[in-house]
Amino acid sequence: MISAALIRSLDRNATIFLAILAAATVLIPLCNLLFPPESAFHIPTYLVSLFGKYVCYALLALSIDLVWGYCGILSLGHGAFFALGGYAMGMYLMRQIGTRGVYADPILPDFMVFLNWPELPIFWYGFQNFAYAALMVLLVPGVLAFVFGWFAFRSRVTGVYLSIITQAMTFALLLGFFRNNFGFGGNNGLTDFKDILGFNVQSAGTRASLFAISCIALALGFLICRAIVTSKFGKVLIAIRDAESRTRFLGYRVESYKLFVFTLSACMAGVAGALYVPQVGIINPSEFAPGNSIEAVIWVAVGGRGTLTGAVLGAILVNYAKTTFTSGVLAPYWLFVLGSLFIAVTLLLPRGIVGTYQHWKLTRGEKKAEAAASGAPRAAE
Amino acid sequence: MRMIFVRLFAFVLALGLYLAAPVAYAQTFDQALAKFATDDFSDTDEGIAAVAVSGNPMAAAVIEALQDARLAYDPASKKVYIKDKDRVLDAATGNAVASPPADLETVRVNNRLRRAIEAALGGLTLMSADPDKRTEAAQAVFKSRDAKTLPALNTAIAKETNSNIKRALVEARASVVLGSDDASEADKIEAIAVIKARGDQDAVSLLSGVTSDAPLPVYRAAQAGVTAIQNQLEMWSGVQNAWYGLSLGSVLLLAAIGLAITFGVMGVINMAHGEMVMIGAYVTFSVQELIRTYNPGLFDYSLLIAVPLAFLVSGVIGIAIERGIIRFLYGRPLETLLATWGLSLILQQAVRTAFGPTNREVGNPSWMSGAFEVGQINITYGRLWIIVFTLVVFAALLAMLRFTRLGLEMRAVTQNRAMAASMGIRTARIDALTFGLGSGIAGIAGVALSQIDNVSPNLGQGYIIDSFLVVVFGGVGNLWGTLVGAFTLGIANKFLEPFAGAVLGKIAILVLIILFIQKRPRGMFALKGRAIET
Repeated sequence: MISAALIRSLDRNATIFLAILAAATVLIPLCNLLFPPESAFHIPTYLVSLFGKYVCYALLALSIDLVWGYCGILSLGHGAFFALGGYAMGMYLMRQIGTRGVYADPILPDFMVFLNWPELPIFWYGFQNFAYAALMVLLVPGVLAFVFGWFAFRSRVTGVYLSIITQAMTFALLLGFFRNNFGFGGNNGLTDFKDILGFNVQSAGTRASLFAISCIALALGFLICRAIVTSKFGKVLIAIRDAESRTRFLGYRVESYKLFVFTLSACMAGVAGALYVPQVGIINPSEFAPGNSIEAVIWVAVGGRGTLTGAVLGAILVNYAKTTFTSGVLAPYWLFVLGSLFIAVTLLLPRGIVGTYQHWKLTRGEKKAEAAASGAPRAAE
Repeated sequence: MRMIFVRLFAFVLALGLYLAAPVAYAQTFDQALAKFATDDFSDTDEGIAAVAVSGNPMAAAVIEALQDARLAYDPASKKVYIKDKDRVLDAATGNAVASPPADLETVRVNNRLRRAIEAALGGLTLMSADPDKRTEAAQAVFKSRDAKTLPALNTAIAKETNSNIKRALVEARASVVLGSDDASEADKIEAIAVIKARGDQDAVSLLSGVTSDAPLPVYRAAQAGVTAIQNQLEMWSGVQNAWYGLSLGSVLLLAAIGLAITFGVMGVINMAHGEMVMIGAYVTFSVQELIRTYNPGLFDYSLLIAVPLAFLVSGVIGIAIERGIIRFLYGRPLETLLATWGLSLILQQAVRTAFGPTNREVGNPSWMSGAFEVGQINITYGRLWIIVFTLVVFAALLAMLRFTRLGLEMRAVTQNRAMAASMGIRTARIDALTFGLGSGIAGIAGVALSQIDNVSPNLGQGYIIDSFLVVVFGGVGNLWGTLVGAFTLGIANKFLEPFAGAVLGKIAILVLIILFIQKRPRGMFALKGRAIET
């Protein structure tokens, strides 16, 4: 029944998107693993990891679109949830290193030995277990978002005030994680990973699998968001976005709706971060930088807020542009491009790429229908 | 009663010694010098001590020469000479010797003697003609606590006319007396009183050095002294924290005050506000560079020149931003936030391209460098001027909003745009000017911040979150709220720092503000009534 509901909720755009995603999930790992390096069809492993990174960013963009595009909550702190998920995964990967670290301590990660910590802090317990770590990936960002949202939404902190305090939240976490005695590797963060579930994180096979898993996570995230925004619940979210007070006066508990969608979105961002870490091989406090969170918001704006496919498209396009620019001689100009993108999109393309396309199609359809409807009477006149 | 007699007796004795001393000088100095000619370490030691207390004008030169291995003697005549660069002086008179003896032997020293030399020199500089040297010597003795300097100290105290130096000398003597084994109990207690009056960290460590082996009254007096000083120090550290807090608060206020105009009054989220501050700092840098090249004499006026220039440059850029971007986004605060963030990236990168990514050096004019002391706290002129400057800017802004035509029109547009337009106010022009004013003030803030912060393209980034928090904390649309907010946050931050450390203190402040905003979403001094819902 659920699957029937899901299928009903899929329009043509969503079907095309899922088809492309499915094709990428299968083809990119296959091209990487099956074809020899000299073949024209071969995709090098570093590209697979790069695409995997984009897919994680896309999932983050999706989570931001869910709260911003559909519920009007502009969070400038989603990078914090992403990074927290990443740290939870990083802690699991650190515990997997075991005696292969520089100091070969069976329990303590290298940085703790280096800082002369006598024993593992309590909050590191259990992270050698993948299931526990996976639970924490969802739970830590989720609980933080729940507590934060519970306070914020109940006291009706809205609009730019919410944006500013979410930014302050990620800034506070940034400062905290930079400290050595916080217990998360300080400045350097967590890195030098070896295994994930017994597979070598560096090997091509693991990389390809991680890519495929990220794609599946993105597809799942997309379906969940899709199911939410097309349901009756989603209609209320849109109503909150467009007229919060009116929705409240109609008898809806606005804060509960917001809290649910904010927490869910944080969990999604956490998953994105957790998948991101093994593919890039490092997590450090700079992921908490407020700039990162704002950059993620612009991906959504470029693709089109309030369109799920737009968020994904925007994340991939902007990050592809970033890779192209920053890897060449144009590197000093990237910030000019990114800055102009912020301005141009807000001024000229407020609906984003997908939003503008849908709007254009809608108005064309309306005009056609209008023309068809009014054609006969006009002829009669 | 007895006590007074003892003191009186000591005084008379000291006086007598002092008066009798000059007579004794001439012969003792020659006898002392003779000790150097025996080539025996213990004799040399006695010689050093004797020369040091002789009060002879040549004493310092002799001991310095000994330290540098330039003191020599003639084994035949037992006369002592000082070898200068290219001539030889008679140690007794200081006159150059025309034909020095051929086989001069250098007076040898060992480590024990070197220590004695240093102590003696410390004692000798106590009577130097240069007041700074005397103060320095007194401090040195206070730290070294060498009992050998006691006679020199007593002489110096009797001679000293400068009351500050005299106090330092008395403290030094107290420190020595407290450390010496043969001082009487009464002297020690008196010394403790002197040290207690000094009342700083050094005094605490000195007094805590008095162990329970000491006679009971001395020990008790020392303990009481430690407690008293520590209480006093605690009070001073409170005052010091408050001062640092005021200083930080004034910096926050400077950075936030322009934002209070653009965000508070106009409701525009300007994420490029920090970059306006940064531009102001770079204007200061450019002005100073030009002055250095063309007219170094004007350097002390560089900030006075930079203030109006920074206001103009940042203000004009602000007006351009308003006309070019922000006016299309009124009523869409979240979009404004994104667009101005993009703008901040562009401005940062532009400055990075033009001036380079590294920190630029902005100098302090002479009237901003230096410091003075009030009690136990050290107040730098730079910080003081920034507080004064901030308050002046704040007052000028309030006066401008209150008393000028432009201020009146600004307030009118803020309160009711449609009505203001109907009364013939060109609201678009007012918007641009208001935004320009806010940006210009940010530029002025940049001039001040260039004096205490690194001037780099990232300068503004460090202030943007803080400034927003100040404005939101204080209450949007209320300049007084911004003032109170900035100083509250500054002082709270500095009082948290000693307990939590700088970073944790800052985190605690952020968390507190986040909680505060939950409680009072519109800040401390919120606008009441329907205005808030627009």
